[in-house]
Amino acid sequence: MLSCRDDFPILQRLVHGKPLVYLDSAATTQKPRCVVAALCRFYEQQCGSVHRATHALSAEATQLYEQARGRCAAFVGAACADEIVFVRGATEGMNLLAHGLAPRLQAGDEVVVSVMEHHSGFLPWQRVCAQRGARLRVAPMCDAGVLDLQALRGLIGPRTRVVSLVHVSHVLGTVNPVQQIGVWAHEQGAIMVVDGAQAASRLPVDVQQLGCDAYLFSGHKMYGPMGIGVLYARQQLLQTLSAYQLGGGMVHTVGQQQSQWLPSPLCFEAGTPNVADAVALSAAIDYVDALDRQAIAQHDQQLLQQLRQALAEVPNVQLLGSGEHAMGVVSFAMQGVHPHDVACLLDQRGVAVRAGHLCAQPLMQRLGLPAVTRASVGCYNTYDDVAALVEGLHAVRKVFAC
Amino acid sequence: MLEQQLYQELILDHNTHPRNFGPLPQATAQGVGDNPLCGDRIEVQVCVQDNRVVKVHFCGAGCAIAKASASMMTEAVQGKTAQQVQQLFDAFQALVKQQQAVPQMALGKLAVFAGVGRFPMRVKCATLAWHALRCALRSAKN
Repeated sequence: MLSCRDDFPILQRLVHGKPLVYLDSAATTQKPRCVVAALCRFYEQQCGSVHRATHALSAEATQLYEQARGRCAAFVGAACADEIVFVRGATEGMNLLAHGLAPRLQAGDEVVVSVMEHHSGFLPWQRVCAQRGARLRVAPMCDAGVLDLQALRGLIGPRTRVVSLVHVSHVLGTVNPVQQIGVWAHEQGAIMVVDGAQAASRLPVDVQQLGCDAYLFSGHKMYGPMGIGVLYARQQLLQTLSAYQLGGGMVHTVGQQQSQWLPSPLCFEAGTPNVADAVALSAAIDYVDALDRQAIAQHDQQLLQQLRQALAEVPNVQLLGSGEHAMGVVSFAMQGVHPHDVACLLDQRGVAVRAGHLCAQPLMQRLGLPAVTRASVGCYNTYDDVAALVEGLHAVRKVFAC
Repeated sequence: MLEQQLYQELILDHNTHPRNFGPLPQATAQGVGDNPLCGDRIEVQVCVQDNRVVKVHFCGAGCAIAKASASMMTEAVQGKTAQQVQQLFDAFQALVKQQQAVPQMALGKLAVFAGVGRFPMRVKCATLAWHALRCALRSAKN
């Protein structure tokens, strides 16, 4: 097991007078000291506008920004840094992709997603399909909380243009076999998009091995800052996407009637980019690599196992999904107690979990629940956190006499 | 503990045994309250005669605070005019939002929700059914 709690200053604080037990890393991970330091260093010593001026700060900032791009490329195994677009997060990345691919969709074309997508993996495709007269096909899930692969394969056909799936479910923790599904997509000439928001911090990710055409992740869910994320797309794909936002920094020449864009990825980064957070994301990647991604994955799996085992022993708690092929996330229902009440009572003990529909309403409808409670782990969690959660749940049972 | 101020006996009792729960066949109007944060939805059905609330029922799912608040509301507003319901709601909102000036109005048993004031995230839960009732009364008026 990893031992890195001391790297995260926030874990020292008290919540409602109790030590913080942070089990909401699927929403956002906490940030190690080195990431915060990188942010401060940038604003205190290195701040300048990139790709613009000739002065030293601008040159330094440009160099740091492009180094960060290279760092992200290496992190996911991209062929080159030009395949990396900085975005605000996975949500913006997905919107950029859907918008950029929209002109290619014809009436009758199909986009395949799954019922376990986050709203951000669902809504951009729902809208472009409606706009283009295309059909959104939603792959179903088995009761065990894994994709119904047979049904999914049946949905991918000659009219499929895009298959967009989540790598690791943010509700069930399920790891989807995106590599295999990518093969099916490519057999039909479709583009394979993978939402890696949960996966990037939990699994070693190699886009070459996964064989996907696009991969997205958010910095703040992998120990980096909020407001920065990455869209990886193969160069052949990226070069053919239509521009997302127009403005400064993305143009080659601007005339009164016609203009020319810069080549990708810069043509997708209109306006002054979020350099500080890109640089701090690079520091987060350094941190994750130093901990060792294999070791993080092992830690995550061990804790998940302990978590599921401990929760299963709490009376009236029903775990959602079988937990097979899952990473660090578990959602559950407590009979007779609404998730909002569970989370509120846990919070009073300093235990932070998430309750609600978790931005996955189609999945909640499939599960037949209005809401769930979710516990998710990060590299800093230990068995003590699991024990604190279980103790908290017994206290909830006591209040609700169940 | 703070939580005991929120989850009072009476609230837990109304959560477990909600009063006036289920459809109201003689309803003359209805309204819905949605809390998109947690996916909760409470539907309120009213029977209004001569501008007075004769009977109120509610259906739907919600947390203990939302459910208990709905249940106690159905008892509190019985026999009141739309205007009196509005006054009661104003007083109730002031209570759960911990506003400085709580209107001088007897809240009766509803005062048990005072603890919500310490939990700003739960104000929406406590007022969900009230918003649904206001919708219902507006549509009854029209």
